[in-house]
Amino acid sequence: MGLAKRIIPCLDVDNGRVVKGVKFVNIRDAGDPVEVARRYDREGADEITFLDITATSDNRETLVHVVEQVASEVFIPLTVGGGIRELEDIRRMLNAGADKVGINSAAVFRPEFVREAAEKFGSQCIVVAIDAKKVSDKNQPDRWEIFTHGGRKATGLNAIDWAIKMVEYGAGEILLTSMDRDGTREGFDLVLTRAISDAVSVPVIASGGVGNLQHLADGVNKGKADAVLAASIFHFAEYSVEQAKLHMQSEGIEVRL
Amino acid sequence: MSSVAVIDYGMGNLHSIEKALQHASPESDIQITSDIAHIKQADRVVFPGVGAIRDCMLALNQSGLSDTIKEVAASKPFLGICLGMQALLTQSDENNKTACLGVFNGRVEHFPSGMVDKQGNRLKIPHMGWNQVIQKDHPLWQDIPQNSRFYFVHSYFVKPENSKETIASTEYPEMFCSALAKDNIFAVQFHPEKSQTVGIQLLRNFLSWDGKC
Repeated sequence: MGLAKRIIPCLDVDNGRVVKGVKFVNIRDAGDPVEVARRYDREGADEITFLDITATSDNRETLVHVVEQVASEVFIPLTVGGGIRELEDIRRMLNAGADKVGINSAAVFRPEFVREAAEKFGSQCIVVAIDAKKVSDKNQPDRWEIFTHGGRKATGLNAIDWAIKMVEYGAGEILLTSMDRDGTREGFDLVLTRAISDAVSVPVIASGGVGNLQHLADGVNKGKADAVLAASIFHFAEYSVEQAKLHMQSEGIEVRL
Repeated sequence: MSSVAVIDYGMGNLHSIEKALQHASPESDIQITSDIAHIKQADRVVFPGVGAIRDCMLALNQSGLSDTIKEVAASKPFLGICLGMQALLTQSDENNKTACLGVFNGRVEHFPSGMVDKQGNRLKIPHMGWNQVIQKDHPLWQDIPQNSRFYFVHSYFVKPENSKETIASTEYPEMFCSALAKDNIFAVQFHPEKSQTVGIQLLRNFLSWDGKC
């Protein structure tokens, strides 16, 4: 009995197609986003996240149509992230049928944007996406910093302090991606996930590095994440969402089946 | 053809609820409206809402929709969702105590901080995600299995004075009231429009409900 831990498949969308690369290179085509979203819904996904990986105006337009189509037939929460910079971007996505938006670089550039967005649309639809990378050496205490531009640009911001600040500003949820692990299939950065989850009162979604089903279970049991996000292990039908849930259940995790 | 008014008072995004109602019953005439005459004419009324209760009550009082809601809640099948459920109580603790519509006697309280589950893991606020809904007998639960999971997002929960009005409960980590009902009124803390098959079934049940318990 109780609240289920969520599994959230993520669709990286480029030019109307689902793609997945390793560390933003080697992009592979993984299908039509509407088809893929339908499949995940059938398999029991608890939410679906769409990430606009280029955030050009053409791609944005395409994504709005994808969200509209998915929202008219898939009745689970939908999140859209990537290139959300203005209140108008949020309004458009919510009007298309998204339930939440992920704010990333725009929050780093101007933290007040998160406050304004939460005041305007409510904290429940504001997910702050944090891309963090370990910057400490082996013999130093752990320290992670926020990176922008797909992990290329350091900001000097301490990831834990940043997460706390974003919650104070109105984030209803934190989507935490380890840039060290993203695309590696080595599993989440569990120490980072645990540190952020312990530091904030709102739910934390672990992301970056999932290569097998045990990684998902570890994210919850060891990383203390409230939800786990993965892309490539689901796209190429390596595992279904249902298989992932059954595995998590066998590890003692409460899931929706 | 059944007409449904979804009350629009500027709080949150009503597209999801519109799409889900349309999907549940393609033949229904669904109108998102702030027009008092439309709401009074409709066969049934949906009262959704997200955000802060003070803004919600301010919007309802300024637009005159408060009185309309009390009137239609006394006369036709009425479904409150999330903040639209909380606004039906007497008072909310949110925003330094906010007077609400008083359709149900009782209060709205915040989840206490420092909640943990049975394993000692910290429970987050908002209560977000899929949780089980333990039903008591009511026609709107028809064809929905006992203990089905629905999608929740909230930090406050309702405490009706009359426990008979609690028509479903959910554990987080204590039991709280996740659905309220009396006469022709049904109100839920979760989001049926985001709760996949069981959510659509609940909306379908509401759209064919005669308003009797």
